[in-house]
Amino acid sequence: MPTFYERRQLVTPGDLVAEGNYIAGENTFKENEKLYATRVGLVEYEERKVSVVALKSFYIPEVGDTVIGKVMEITLGGWILDIDAPYPAVLRASDVMERSYRPQKNELSSIFDIGDLVIAKIVSYDRTRDPLLTVREPGLGKITRGQIIEITSTKIPRIIGRKGSMISMIKRETGCHILLGQNGVVLISGKNLEDEQLAVMAIRKIEDESHTSGLTDRVAEMLKKEKEGEIKNA
Amino acid sequence: MPKAEGKLIDKDGVRIDGRKFNELRPTTIQVGILSNADGSAYIEQGKNKILTAVYGPHEVHPKHLALPDRSRLRCRYHMAPFSVDERKSPAPSRREVELSKVIRWALEPSIFLEYYPRTSIDLFIEVLQANGGTRCAGITAASLALADAGVPMRDLTVACAAGKLEGQLVLDLNDSEDKEGEADVPLAYMPNLNAITLLQMDGQLTLEEFEKAIKLSLEGCTQLYKMQKEALKAKYVVVKEEVKE
Amino acid sequence: MSMIIRVKQQQIAQLMSKGKRLDGRGLNDYREIKVEMGVIEKAEGSSRVLLGKTEVLVGVKIGIGKPFPDTPNEGVLTVNVELVPLASPTFEPGPPKEDAIELARVVDRGIRESKAIDLGKLCLEPGKKVLVVFVDVYVLNYDGNLIDASAIATLGALLNAKMFKYEVEEGEVKVKPGYTPLPMQNYPIAVTFAKINGKLAVDPWLEEEQVMDARLTITIEKEGKICAVQKGGTGYFTTEYILEAAKIAKEKASEIRKLLVK
Repeated sequence: MPTFYERRQLVTPGDLVAEGNYIAGENTFKENEKLYATRVGLVEYEERKVSVVALKSFYIPEVGDTVIGKVMEITLGGWILDIDAPYPAVLRASDVMERSYRPQKNELSSIFDIGDLVIAKIVSYDRTRDPLLTVREPGLGKITRGQIIEITSTKIPRIIGRKGSMISMIKRETGCHILLGQNGVVLISGKNLEDEQLAVMAIRKIEDESHTSGLTDRVAEMLKKEKEGEIKNA
Repeated sequence: MPKAEGKLIDKDGVRIDGRKFNELRPTTIQVGILSNADGSAYIEQGKNKILTAVYGPHEVHPKHLALPDRSRLRCRYHMAPFSVDERKSPAPSRREVELSKVIRWALEPSIFLEYYPRTSIDLFIEVLQANGGTRCAGITAASLALADAGVPMRDLTVACAAGKLEGQLVLDLNDSEDKEGEADVPLAYMPNLNAITLLQMDGQLTLEEFEKAIKLSLEGCTQLYKMQKEALKAKYVVVKEEVKE
Repeated sequence: MSMIIRVKQQQIAQLMSKGKRLDGRGLNDYREIKVEMGVIEKAEGSSRVLLGKTEVLVGVKIGIGKPFPDTPNEGVLTVNVELVPLASPTFEPGPPKEDAIELARVVDRGIRESKAIDLGKLCLEPGKKVLVVFVDVYVLNYDGNLIDASAIATLGALLNAKMFKYEVEEGEVKVKPGYTPLPMQNYPIAVTFAKINGKLAVDPWLEEEQVMDARLTITIEKEGKICAVQKGGTGYFTTEYILEAAKIAKEKASEIRKLLVK
């Protein structure tokens, strides 16, 4: 039962990763006992499961995910949000207001207007319908400060790091509050613009080098250097 | 443009540009060169310069084109007005319409369209400079643009044309070889499934010549397939090496 | 695209794997072909073909125009296809879309690459005036395999076509009395295969087309050489299938050619 790549080796669509009695994990498909990669990414082996951690992908909604979206449209029944996915997401007016309340369009825009950023959770999604959102839980709702950047959603785990080590380090070094949407949209809010820019740099670096090792140390080093540079220039 | 003087291929099978009968034109490929598109790739094959880009999967507009059980692949093959000797009108010609269709058919089998119902994947192939074999070079690059966009695929699709020139079968005809030659056989291929997804021919070939032309084209495809994979990995390989320093 | 009933789809696929077809034909059998020539007197040439229930009418008009710059001494051939709305609930009115354009170009390729028309004999004034052969394919009923039906009808119409006798006197093109046939020197025949459930079936009818995963058209000229090939559909072929199809196409083409050329 051979495998043809080492752990964390780079593969491209169509690469034969394994042959034999293996289970096709994420970003792979099996045909006639042969397991192929379907995306560009790094090979991972988990006992008999072979998967590819995609370096190039896009977000597919999953129930329970926390996402950050932008309001695109206001309809009679609520809002339509862009969550950086192949499908637009729906937030119903009834989610925000009392059930019996019949909202007018201009009242809806006073709650969330076109262009607003909203943190929400996906409550339902299947192949036949666009994802449905809720903002009823604490911590969800309109974003009023900070900036957002968009990264490949599959790299979110890398930004979190093992047991949160990477993200806590960045928060510590930059003093920023960082919220990671599962859809690859990241909200950064700090005390000032410079701190926020540091966090942005760190996250972009992780995105570019996510396929390498020793990343946490390198990011920490970069942040220290940048902060020293700032102090010198101040 | 004056017609080529003299023979295009000599008795030893060496062509005017110095290539042997089974040699590809010099080819370079770059992936991920456009910032707005979800995926992109650029190919230069001889004098061909072709830019490809992918947007999607995303919502279909107009909505009635949405398919309930799969994504809809849309493809636009288009030549820039300055891409050819005599300026070409920017309006889509009948040739561009046909090529858009056969190119879409060439790439569809590789994509897991059924994963993304009610969406569309829009593929654009812009020929910036044309010198023969643009549909094949376009497919080779477009497949990489799809991979760059993170569209899951069964395999990369690679394409190459073979043909007959002054009685000899040759690989990868350039424009003058195509115009002066006796036959042109463009072909697109998915190596893992041994699947030919585009096959056309114009000219005149016996059945034996047709078979040889197909086999020659598949050889060209095999070489280009390797280049495709390297192009996809290139960015990551460079970063990895920089990191090591 | 009309929806096909799933049960029928399975039926066709299952029968096919046993080498049988729903209408009783063998894999290499064409439906009944009927050819009529000269059905439209106003056209210089015309032909109506029934391939099973698929009906195609082709009219040839001959006019005078400018030659293409790279062939100043040759006449011009242009092929257009109209998928007339009355032919199928799936055809909509409007300018030709991709299906009509592909069909026109495949038919054109067969005629052009086989050099069926001796375009060199259609030159009136080198570089300035040549005869233009307008081929208009009118699809009247769509029941599968428009390519082969259109190709047969086109060849029929061209063989039927007569043109005025032209002479150039003192720089002016003058029409002389009498007619002369359009100079034809080759007789290309298109043979289309559907790939269904791993089998190749010739001349697919409408429901087979809806079920097939790909089609392959091979056009054969009078000496048995291939002069055009077009793979269509979202499926694929292996080299073995392609070469098998080419062999069968060669046989079928000579059979069908006998309907038009004795």
